[in-house]
Amino acid sequence: MRISNVFSRRNRILLRELVVTDFKLRYQGSALGYAWSLLKPLFLFAILYVVFEKFLRLGKGVDHYPVYLLLGVVLWGFFTEATSNGLNSIISRGDLIRKINFPKYIIVVSGTISSLINLGLNLIVIIIFAYLNGVHFTFEMLLAIPLIIELYILALAVAFFLSAFNVKFRDVGYLWEIFLQAAFYATPIIYPLAMVINVSAPAAKLIMLNPVAQAIQDIRYVVVTHDSITIYQLFSKDLYIVVVPFVVVILSVILASYYFKRNSRYFAESV
Amino acid sequence: MTSQKEHIVIAKDITKSFSIPMGGSAGIKQRVFNIAKGRKGRRNFTPLRDISFEVNKGDFFGIVGKNGSGKSTLLKILAGIYTPTKGSVHIGGSLVPFIELGVGFNPELTGRENVYLNGALLGFSHKEVDGMYAKIVEFAELDDFMEERLKNYSSGMQVRLAFSIAIQAKGDILLLDEVLAVGDAAFQQKCFDYFERLKREKRTIIIVTHDMGAVKRFCNRAMLISNGNIEHIGTPSEVADLYTEANIERAAETAEKDEAGDVAETMTLKAKLSKKRYKNDDDLIVDIAYSVPEDNAEYFVNLSLMHAGAVFADVNTKYSKDVTTSETIKKIRFQQSLSGFNSGKYDVCLTLHRKADDRLIKQDPRAASFLVEGYDPSLDGPMKLSGKWVGVNK
Repeated sequence: MRISNVFSRRNRILLRELVVTDFKLRYQGSALGYAWSLLKPLFLFAILYVVFEKFLRLGKGVDHYPVYLLLGVVLWGFFTEATSNGLNSIISRGDLIRKINFPKYIIVVSGTISSLINLGLNLIVIIIFAYLNGVHFTFEMLLAIPLIIELYILALAVAFFLSAFNVKFRDVGYLWEIFLQAAFYATPIIYPLAMVINVSAPAAKLIMLNPVAQAIQDIRYVVVTHDSITIYQLFSKDLYIVVVPFVVVILSVILASYYFKRNSRYFAESV
Repeated sequence: MTSQKEHIVIAKDITKSFSIPMGGSAGIKQRVFNIAKGRKGRRNFTPLRDISFEVNKGDFFGIVGKNGSGKSTLLKILAGIYTPTKGSVHIGGSLVPFIELGVGFNPELTGRENVYLNGALLGFSHKEVDGMYAKIVEFAELDDFMEERLKNYSSGMQVRLAFSIAIQAKGDILLLDEVLAVGDAAFQQKCFDYFERLKREKRTIIIVTHDMGAVKRFCNRAMLISNGNIEHIGTPSEVADLYTEANIERAAETAEKDEAGDVAETMTLKAKLSKKRYKNDDDLIVDIAYSVPEDNAEYFVNLSLMHAGAVFADVNTKYSKDVTTSETIKKIRFQQSLSGFNSGKYDVCLTLHRKADDRLIKQDPRAASFLVEGYDPSLDGPMKLSGKWVGVNK
C-alpha cells in the first residue's frame, strides 16, 4: 500500500461510510441508543467506586483513586474493544471482500476507529468526574493525546495481525479472549503498581515494559495524579530501557502491516 | 478494422489455483489432526488455465460457459478480487464490478442509509449521492419506503433499489455477473434498456451470462470457456451456437444415463432424434418408444416443442388411428419439415395421457433437444417469418 493511496479520495469515502455504519448499528434497536456510550462508563464508575473505594480500599496511596481506576479501566476497555473489533473485522465483512476490490486495511481501520470514538465519549465522562473529584486541571493533560495515539497505534497493529491470522485459523478469537483476560491482571489497572513494587521490584519493572501498561500509567500521571508510577521513575537509573515499549509498538506496526499486506491478497478466496 | 482498436483490458496467461482445505473447518484442531494423520488436508483446484484475451474499448464482451467452467472466477480476477496464480491483467481505465447487486446492503439500515453505503462502495461521496438520490428513488419506485429498514423490503424491492444505484456507476469498464438472472419481466426490460444506454454511450462492458438471447442481442464479441480453457472467441452467434450445442450434448449424456436407470421402472416413454443439428431443409424425425399400463384403457402420446423454455406447439395421437401394434413397447415416429423453423435450440417434451379423461400418466419434459442452424440476426422466436419488408408510398 502506497502512502498516497492510503488516503485517496475513494478510500476516504469508504472509510467514512463504514465507520458511520458501524456506529449506527452499534445501538440499533435499543431505546436509549447513543446515550449508552455515556451511560456505560457512568455505571462502571459507580460500581468501581463502591467496590474499590468503600470495600477493598486498594488505592490508599493514590490520590483521586476512583478517577485513576476508571481511566485505567476505560483505556484497557478501549484496547480490548479495538483489537477484538479488528480481529473479527475481515471475517465479518467477507461479503464485501468477495464482491468488490478495495484496500482491505480500510475494514480493520474502520473497526478500530469506532472504538476510538467510543473512547472519546468515555473520556468526556472521565473529565467530568475528574472535575467533580477535585483533580487539578493543567496543560500537562494535553500530553495524554500523543499517549492515546501510541495506544491506538499498538491496538491497530495488533488488529492488523489478528484479523489476517483469524482468516487462516478461526480459533484466534478464543485464544485472544483468554490472552486479554490474563493480560488484564498482568497490567496495573485495578491494583496500584506500588503494591507490586512492595512484593517484587523486578516484577514491577517487567510489567511496565508492556506498552499498554506504560501508556496507561503515563496517561494517569498526566491526567489524574502524579501518584501514578511511570516507567521513567522505575528505570530512573538505567533510563535507556524506557525505549522498550516504544520499540515494541514500532516493531509491531512494521511486522503486522507486512503480514497483513502479504495475506490480504488472498482474503477473498479464503474468508 | 479490429487492428485499429485500443485494448482496454488485456488478460495474459491467467492461471488460477485454489488450495481448498478439506473437511471444512479452518481451525488449529483440523491442522493438528491433519499433521497427526499425515495428510495434507488441502487439495488443489485449478478453475482457470492460461487464459489470454483482449477487450477493446467500447466492446460489449460476453463470457459464457457452463456452471463451474471458471467464468465467475475469471470475472473476479478481472475485478481484482482474486489475485491470479500466474499471468497478469492490465486494465486501462476505471473499473466498476457488479459481481452482485446491492453489495454491502445491511438489513438493519433504512433504504436511504443503504443507498449512501452502497454508493460509497461504488466510489461516490456523500455529496455525490445527495445529488443523485432523487433519481435513484424515482427509478426504484420506492418513494414511500426509503425510511423503512431494508429487512422490511421484499426481495424485489431490494433488487430494484440496488439496480437503481448500480446504474449510476460511472466507470469506463463495467463488469456484470448474471445481473440479468434476477427479477420479473418488467425488471428485465429495465436491464435491457440500461444495456442499450451503455451501448449508446460506448462504454466497455464485460458480462458473464447464461442468457444466449442477451449475448446475441447486446454483445459484439463473446468468449466461450469450458473447464477453465478458452473454447472460442468470436461473434456472439458463433459462441451462442457452440454453447447451445455443448448443452445439447450434455443433455444427451444425461438422457443416456437415465435410460439405464429406467429399466427398473415399468413404463417407458422415450424419444430419439435422427440428428442433433438440423438445417432448414432437413426433416425432424422423432422416434418415440412407450409402454402403457396393462389395463384395457386407451392411451395417447402428446409431443410438445419448446423454444426458450416455453411450449409453442403441440401435436398428439389422440385422434389418429392407432398406429402401433399391441406389443408391450409401442413405437411411433413423428416427422416434420423444419423449413419454417428459426435457428436456435429446441426441446422436445413428451407426455402420455389416458384417452377417456386426458389424465396425465407419464411425462418427460426434456425428452430430447436439437439445434436448428442458420442464425439470422433479423429473426427471433421459433418461427421463421418469411414475409418481406417493403417500402410504402402514398
